[in-house]
Amino acid sequence: MILPKIPVGDFVETSVFWVELHLGWFLDLISDFLDLIISGFSDILMFFPPFVIALIFAFLAYSTGSKNLKLAVGTFAGFLLIENLEIWELSMETLSLVISSAFLALIIGIPLGILTAKSDFLLHILKPLLDLMQTMPSFVYLIPALIFFGLGNVPGMIATLVFAMPPAIRLTNLGIRQVPLELKEVADAFGSTPLQKLVKVELPVALPTIMAGVNQCIMLSLSMVVISAMIGARGLGYQVLFGIQRVDIGMGFEAGLGIVIIAVVLDRITQNLSPDK
Amino acid sequence: MEKNTKLEVRNINKIFGKNPQRVISLLNKGLSKNEIFEKTKQTIGLNNVNFKVNEGEIFVIMGLSGSGKSTLLRCLNRLIEPTSGEILIDGKDITRMSVEELRNTRRTRLGMVFQNFALLPHRSVLDNVAYGLEIQGIPKKERNSKALEAIETVGLKGYENSMIIQLSGGMKQRVGLARALANDPDILLMDEAFSALDPLIRSDMQDELLALEDRMQKTIIFVSHDLDEALKLGDRIALMKDGEVVQIGTPEEILTDPADSYVSRFVAGVDRSKIFTAESVMKRPEPLVSINSGPRVALQLMKEYGISSIFVVEGKSRLLKGVLMISDVVEALKSKRSLESIVREVPSIPPEMPLYEIIPLIADSDYPLPVVDEKRKLKGIIIRGTVLGALAMSEDTTEEASAGDDEPVMEDKNEEISCKKCQQGNLIPEKNLSSEVEKPGKTSEAMEVKI
Repeated sequence: MILPKIPVGDFVETSVFWVELHLGWFLDLISDFLDLIISGFSDILMFFPPFVIALIFAFLAYSTGSKNLKLAVGTFAGFLLIENLEIWELSMETLSLVISSAFLALIIGIPLGILTAKSDFLLHILKPLLDLMQTMPSFVYLIPALIFFGLGNVPGMIATLVFAMPPAIRLTNLGIRQVPLELKEVADAFGSTPLQKLVKVELPVALPTIMAGVNQCIMLSLSMVVISAMIGARGLGYQVLFGIQRVDIGMGFEAGLGIVIIAVVLDRITQNLSPDK
Repeated sequence: MEKNTKLEVRNINKIFGKNPQRVISLLNKGLSKNEIFEKTKQTIGLNNVNFKVNEGEIFVIMGLSGSGKSTLLRCLNRLIEPTSGEILIDGKDITRMSVEELRNTRRTRLGMVFQNFALLPHRSVLDNVAYGLEIQGIPKKERNSKALEAIETVGLKGYENSMIIQLSGGMKQRVGLARALANDPDILLMDEAFSALDPLIRSDMQDELLALEDRMQKTIIFVSHDLDEALKLGDRIALMKDGEVVQIGTPEEILTDPADSYVSRFVAGVDRSKIFTAESVMKRPEPLVSINSGPRVALQLMKEYGISSIFVVEGKSRLLKGVLMISDVVEALKSKRSLESIVREVPSIPPEMPLYEIIPLIADSDYPLPVVDEKRKLKGIIIRGTVLGALAMSEDTTEEASAGDDEPVMEDKNEEISCKKCQQGNLIPEKNLSSEVEKPGKTSEAMEVKI
């Protein structure tokens, strides 16, 4: 084999630097915007005393989980435990990062999913791209995010966005494509406009699948937010990383516990959002 | 009484494939479906379909799966775009309508009912039925009252707030029907609407559709693969095979005069006793005796025809008065009584009575059954022989279709049926059958003589 090595790595590197050099102003704009979103959410979460936030989440768990009192009590207790472990601020920072990344991922991902469902052409383009986004080890996203946006929350959020968006696109696409043909025919046969067909027939019927995508998107966001502590995203992930570096088992475990509590609460709430079939 | 044409289909073709125009030109050259598939790898869904549907009739499109019947139905409202041809609704070609015109036509003129109900699972019964009105932007109050009306029409009053998941299959299809009716369309397209239902419920729904049709006089185009259903519902039936219409006609035309061997094979299994009516099997009422004649005339006629009973009528319009038995006539002749005093009351049947209801009546009767209209005018008489003959005909066509014109087989069948009673089941070995058939043949003759 005398074939020379294809310079994939070099190419990616050059293009990343090129973007950094020529589109720096644009990246700064994005960065400022994203920072605004994150700090907005974290300001809200920090504004209220822990007790109130715990109550709000308990109520959310209760009202979405078909009046499940156990879940509400568990949520409330979990949040109080976080406060007790003195990791409240870190947790709220993680939570605001998760909420803002997932929020953006869904705002971009669901419409993209709808478009993908409507166009086979788009599906053919997006499918390999989504495969790539999902199978690429998540750490790899950290590097370009770091270069483009420096250290901090914003690159963490960008990396999270890329990592968490695919399931939202995929499952929205799948949900709409799986709407039974007869139901689509009903919409047409009764004279619906394309928008009426989408809003009144396809989206409601696809809702359980789309909500599964929302749930996955949020859970992936959480996992990525923790990892992106490696490029300076703050919150519980940073604490875990700190614990690793100092071999402080107790501190690492406490932070990890906080992540688990947030994960379980978010998972149950979003799972319950999807209507039962 | 010429009926208005509501919908007319002219030369509709549907080609499934990438280059339909090429297929059309090959078709015009007279190539067969298979040759074209070999050449182009494209399939012909519909091949030059033509028919007219009259206002207020139920037109059934029937065929086996894959015959193109559902494709054809979907072409009528362009859920599937026909490759070529015209579809005129009240003279307006739907295939040339703009998107906007088509949408309006679908909203107000064409209702559709689907095989698997196709109800929106996230909506209540009321909201499902109101769907068609909702997308037209009709205010909530008005659309709900119209939807409620439609729900009542299909007999689901009280269920309007139920969720779809709580309903049984039959109820679901009632919702589907109500949804189509709520828009008050002129034309109802029904795609195997009752095929997914249990046989009993299916039969109920068919009856209700017929009752509904009596009241509302919609034009209904009904797709079915079930011949019994087609014969029951259809004013006319189009029979399809491989994307072509093989025959169009009334149920009786299709049964009695199949266009080709495919149709006759198709209709072979039909229970004719449900299709034929008194009218279609009755004989001319002959001889008859007037109520004003004397017993001597009556006796003379009975002798002449070799019968033991005779119907008595009055006047030119032949109003049925009753029946005379030969013994009574002989008696009357001796005692010099008038016919009026010895005529017996006789049960009669209306012309539209189906054959299967006639069979038990005729079996118990000592004389032929008179068929009278609502004014008691004698239209004809039914004797046992004609009933059996009509039933046997269906067996003939079965044989004809599978064995060709094999005369002896047909005769055997004929006899076998007319003498079922004498055979006491079919324990008699086949060899003895020929000797056995002699007897029943004679019996039936004797029966006629006795009559």
